[in-house]
Amino acid sequence: TSAQRNRSNAQGKPRNPTLKNEDLKEMLESNKESLKLEAMKRIVGLIAKGKNASELFPAVVKNVASKNIELKKLVYVYLVRYAEEQQDLALLSISTFQRALKDPNQLIRASALRVLSSIRVPIIVPIMMLAIKEAATDLSPYVRKTAAHAIQKLYSLDPDQKEHLIEVIEKLLKDKSTLVAGSVVMAFEEVCPDRIDLIHKNYRKLCNLLVDVEEWGQVVIIHMLTRYARTQFVSPWREEGGIERTIYSFYDSEEERKVEQTRPYIMDPDHRLLLRNTKPLLQSRNTAVVMAVSQLYWHLAPKHELSIITKSLVRLLRSHREVQYVVLQNIATMSIQRKGMFEPFMKSFYVRSTDATHIKTLKLEILTNLANEANISTILREFQTYVKSQDKAFAAATIQAIGRCATNISEVTDTCLNGLVLLLSNRDETVVAESVVVIKKLLQTQPSQHSDIIKHMAKLFDNITVPMARASILWLMGEYCEHVPKIAPDVLRKMAKTFTNEEDIVKLQIVNLAAKLYLTNSKQTKLLTQYILNLGKYDQNYDIRDRTRFIRQLIVPNEKSGALSKYARRILMAPKPAPVLQSAFKDRDRFQLGTLSHTLNSQASGYLELSDWPAVAPDQSVRNVEVVEPVRLPCIFILFYFLKIMLKIESESEENSDDSNKSSSSQSEKSSSESDSEKKKKTLKNKKLQQQKPDSKDRLLLIIMTKYILIHIVLSISTQFFVNCMCSLLHLCVFLACQFDAVSWHVHVSLQASSPVFVPETSHELLHRMTGKGLSAQYRFTRQPCIYGNSMVSLQLTLSNSSDQALENIHISEKSSTGQNIHRFNAIERLEPQASVTVSMGVDFNDSTQAANFQLCTKEDEFSVSIQPAVGELLLPITMSEADFTKEQGKLMGMNESSATITMKPENVSSQSVNRKVVSVANIGVIPSSQENIYRFAGKTVSSGSLVLVSVALKDPDAVITINTEKTVIGSMLLRQFKTALTNSGP
Amino acid sequence: MIHSLFLINNAGDLFLEKHWKSVISRSVCDYFFEAREKAVEPDNVPPVIRTPHHYLINIYREKIFFVSVIQTEVPPLFVIEFLHRVAETFQDYFGECSESTIKDNVVIVYELLEEMLDNGFPLATESNILKELIRPPTILRSMVNTITGSSNVGETLPTGQLSTIPWRRAGVKYTNNEAYFDVVEEIDAILDKSGTTVFAEIQGVIDACVKLSGMPDLTLSFMNPRLLDDVSFHPCVRYKRWESERVISFVPPDGNFQLMSYHISAQNLVAIPVYVKQNISFFETGSSGRLDITVGPKQTMGKTVEGLVVTVHMPKVVLSANLNATQGTYNYDPVTKILVWDIGKLNPQKLPNLKGSLSLQSGAPKPEENPSLNIDLKIQQLAISGRLGSFISVGCDSLPAGPCDKALLLLTLF
Repeated sequence: TSAQRNRSNAQGKPRNPTLKNEDLKEMLESNKESLKLEAMKRIVGLIAKGKNASELFPAVVKNVASKNIELKKLVYVYLVRYAEEQQDLALLSISTFQRALKDPNQLIRASALRVLSSIRVPIIVPIMMLAIKEAATDLSPYVRKTAAHAIQKLYSLDPDQKEHLIEVIEKLLKDKSTLVAGSVVMAFEEVCPDRIDLIHKNYRKLCNLLVDVEEWGQVVIIHMLTRYARTQFVSPWREEGGIERTIYSFYDSEEERKVEQTRPYIMDPDHRLLLRNTKPLLQSRNTAVVMAVSQLYWHLAPKHELSIITKSLVRLLRSHREVQYVVLQNIATMSIQRKGMFEPFMKSFYVRSTDATHIKTLKLEILTNLANEANISTILREFQTYVKSQDKAFAAATIQAIGRCATNISEVTDTCLNGLVLLLSNRDETVVAESVVVIKKLLQTQPSQHSDIIKHMAKLFDNITVPMARASILWLMGEYCEHVPKIAPDVLRKMAKTFTNEEDIVKLQIVNLAAKLYLTNSKQTKLLTQYILNLGKYDQNYDIRDRTRFIRQLIVPNEKSGALSKYARRILMAPKPAPVLQSAFKDRDRFQLGTLSHTLNSQASGYLELSDWPAVAPDQSVRNVEVVEPVRLPCIFILFYFLKIMLKIESESEENSDDSNKSSSSQSEKSSSESDSEKKKKTLKNKKLQQQKPDSKDRLLLIIMTKYILIHIVLSISTQFFVNCMCSLLHLCVFLACQFDAVSWHVHVSLQASSPVFVPETSHELLHRMTGKGLSAQYRFTRQPCIYGNSMVSLQLTLSNSSDQALENIHISEKSSTGQNIHRFNAIERLEPQASVTVSMGVDFNDSTQAANFQLCTKEDEFSVSIQPAVGELLLPITMSEADFTKEQGKLMGMNESSATITMKPENVSSQSVNRKVVSVANIGVIPSSQENIYRFAGKTVSSGSLVLVSVALKDPDAVITINTEKTVIGSMLLRQFKTALTNSGP
Repeated sequence: MIHSLFLINNAGDLFLEKHWKSVISRSVCDYFFEAREKAVEPDNVPPVIRTPHHYLINIYREKIFFVSVIQTEVPPLFVIEFLHRVAETFQDYFGECSESTIKDNVVIVYELLEEMLDNGFPLATESNILKELIRPPTILRSMVNTITGSSNVGETLPTGQLSTIPWRRAGVKYTNNEAYFDVVEEIDAILDKSGTTVFAEIQGVIDACVKLSGMPDLTLSFMNPRLLDDVSFHPCVRYKRWESERVISFVPPDGNFQLMSYHISAQNLVAIPVYVKQNISFFETGSSGRLDITVGPKQTMGKTVEGLVVTVHMPKVVLSANLNATQGTYNYDPVTKILVWDIGKLNPQKLPNLKGSLSLQSGAPKPEENPSLNIDLKIQQLAISGRLGSFISVGCDSLPAGPCDKALLLLTLF
């Protein structure tokens, strides 16, 4: 009550509001900035306390154009708070913002847009719309982000603008800045969540940007992509699909069924992209991100990949209390469907004495869900301690949980029942009452064996005061009165005495008991029943009066009651099905996990339903993006680089030139326009080249290339883009001219992967048919980039069955003994005798030749197998120009270089044979060479992408093999293999 | 998303409100007060409360309820995580997050909240960026400001806001470049009455204080990364590099931050450094009881155990305690029923002991269960996980990297 009093005080007006506000007004109108600032600070204090300061509006709004940035910000705070109430006056400030929207400082532009869009005055909707459209094309990504936020504000102010806003959203979705991505997706979710078509083209970009987007944006994007994926991809959950399909095709012709079944599920690469790019975010410090990724995996990933989210979810349990609450709720829902996910972490759900009550009950819920035959004894032991807890609500919940375990696991029903009966003698009433209620439910499953428990409960009856428990005992007495023929009438006698003082639920059960006894044992109880029915007839509660009237008509025979009373016994004493004790989280999975609706277990406003998987995947090509776009940026980048060099040469020439004409011409050139200067530059350089040192030769090359690229860009890029480009180019030229000598620019040499030159056909034995009990397996390296992951080596596995029985469920066991990341092939359900099947898999060897060990399993057996990669298989070929090759080689000298001299067999000396030998040993690409006796090859390691450069120089009859790579171990191993390959004769 | 925020203290006074969209009357908090009263303990207030038109998501921190008002569907953890971030920002700015500091700095609080959310969606939550936008208060600065009239508000957009590394500000310069890493490990263990470990896990964090000029790019690698069961990182850590090479590679924020947290669940690794002999008994008659607790060192690996505190949650019937401690001080709060025995440094020669009698409420039945003991302690310069190995850090500059290990243990005894 003290809290209530305080609150009413806080809401009350200050004692002399007018007087106080007068002096604030004076301060605001003074000439001193500091006084104004002081006044604004006090006003913000008033707003924070929730006091009304609206009458100061005219005085405050005058300061909106103040030069003092802090004062301005505080005025903004005030404006946003009160503009809605004082719309006419608020309009006075609009022109200031319009001016600020053109300010060269991006922070000022952005904050002007923020405030302008936050003023909820309908008149300015057109101005806002214009401002948003302009800001959406601003050069500063920060301003564009603000524009994305403004979209939502305008939409809530005027929903009629939807169509125009969608246009802006469409434009902003194409934005490549990580800053904008989160905000625009948020706007998308709010304004047009059903316009899935806007996402198609941006899907891959969003997936790839995701890791670099700020945390909050990640959450929003992941939730949106979850919804998107459910509409675009087919279900990866095979078991369900499989069942449906077989039922469907049961009556179909034999051939048709075969076609249906043999079509294996292949995950859409875009689906895989999403799963792969969200996985690292499970390591985020932000709990909301971890939860978002977890729900994405829950709703989208194949079931066998789900286990990776478990650890991260369990980690969240060490966070704040509120986080625990939400995470535990989600785990509770998950653990109903998939016990196995959380069973290894059972101990993490043990209740701590310091946990809050709602945390405790949720943990209890999860432990109950996890209970099975194997762990029930551990769980029950844990529950025993909980029953003793001082938190009685929690103790009661534990008893409920024990009841649920008892019904779910029949092995322990008796143990649980005995334990619960022991609790009946507990000193605490809530514990006893809860036990009674649970025992009642349990007894219904097998009443005949437990008449002594019923007797025991009848004896306890006098001491129990909790109405629910009393009602439960009475119901038990009536239901099983035949098992306790002597005690039941006596209990009824006692109840007749206290009838008027009982609670309503107890009264109803007394009436029930009386009716049942009347039917079974009317001799002893006829009068008692009459008495109770009479009491009930005049009860205050209409439910009880109704029930009494109904029972009387049903059981007491008279003329009017006809057919029904004959069946009274069958109606009242009908065998009743035992109640099913189930989790409160049973059907929570109808809501998307991690949402507010899931937490509340009811649909919150604005909840977007997750659609079911489509039966047939919609067109995949809608997500294809023209490849031109990613190329443009590097182009510009290279262009700038060349420009830089050109300018540098120019400036040098200025310094060096003896001729005064030349220097004057170069000066005039600076002031002239871009295109003009181009020509002049060219002539200038040509002149200059003649007089310069020999090292300028490559510069000439660069200049020519620059020209070429410039022309190329002009031709390939649309005109508008070109104009934009040129504008920024002009700025840049000026900038670069000042900066060139200080900054050293990196040119990124693009390493393009190429297809393998040579793919060996030899396969290696993985499992011999003798050891494999009929199953044999062979593997070979396909030398292609692996589709399952960028750092994996792609393998082809041929499994054949040489036994006379079919082998079922061939798969790779989940647990891998070594640390390698293995992408398993989908389990082969059945392999007929003498049949063989080829599957592909990926292994991340982590750039080492350490063998990958794993278990190949059939339905009955497990075989340990290992794949030992040759060092040459850990590479992927790449192409590059010869110049790049020598440049990169120059960077990898010293420790990174290993070389050896060998004597070649004469038949190996030809270029073809050298090439063939080298590429058969290692998966590397051939680099065209201008020198006759030097052969060059390049590749990169699969996992880390480190360059591996190989060159073979022939000096008859010797040859020098040189390998340059950061991975020195790989380098020396390769060298050894090349040595043996090139010195041996034969193919 | 987040519509409004109300700050409410433990007594139920609403002392600050902030709205990011239209104003919502503070009467919406009545639903919260209702739930608050029902919950009795502040910890028991449900974090998500439904009202007819709004949803209230609240957190309880430093004796303040942060109650946010939500109108439409939103991931609840999003809001909860954000509210905690707000509380941490206050702590960062004002040294502590309490009602009085918030009231004293109400203008800065308001400016911060304005920058952190725009239309209910988080805008800038990185402390490095916020500190450039709004400078934290210092005594000197507030004096200078009153004299010169300069302000606490930055005039240009923080460079971090635009880059892909928003956590670091540009143009950092130090004369002494230094980086320190603190490894703080906690053992969380439950022991049963006889002293056997029921459950134990190591929870570690690496706190960093990096004062390096320019844009340093650091890597940190472990001798034995396979021991790490589960890790989570500051956004600055490159996930890809960790996945492929098990190396932590990052461009650090400027100043103090938590680089990573990790988890080691292997039970056999966990050595519990102390043992406890306890005997708490309640007599059938005479409404009294006896208590005798002794703590001694077990596996401390030659290090001293410090900051030893034993906390006992007594049953409700215990009225008072008359005890005698050979070392440290004890305090029994009859309202919360918590007995705290602050021992301090553990002396292996003379084991601390707490002994005496408890008086119970007369007539009440004796408690059926003995209370659990919580034992907190600290050991400097010792990493429990031991085998994790020392780490090496390589940077672009030469770093005076001296790992300063510190371990904090938390035991719970049942």
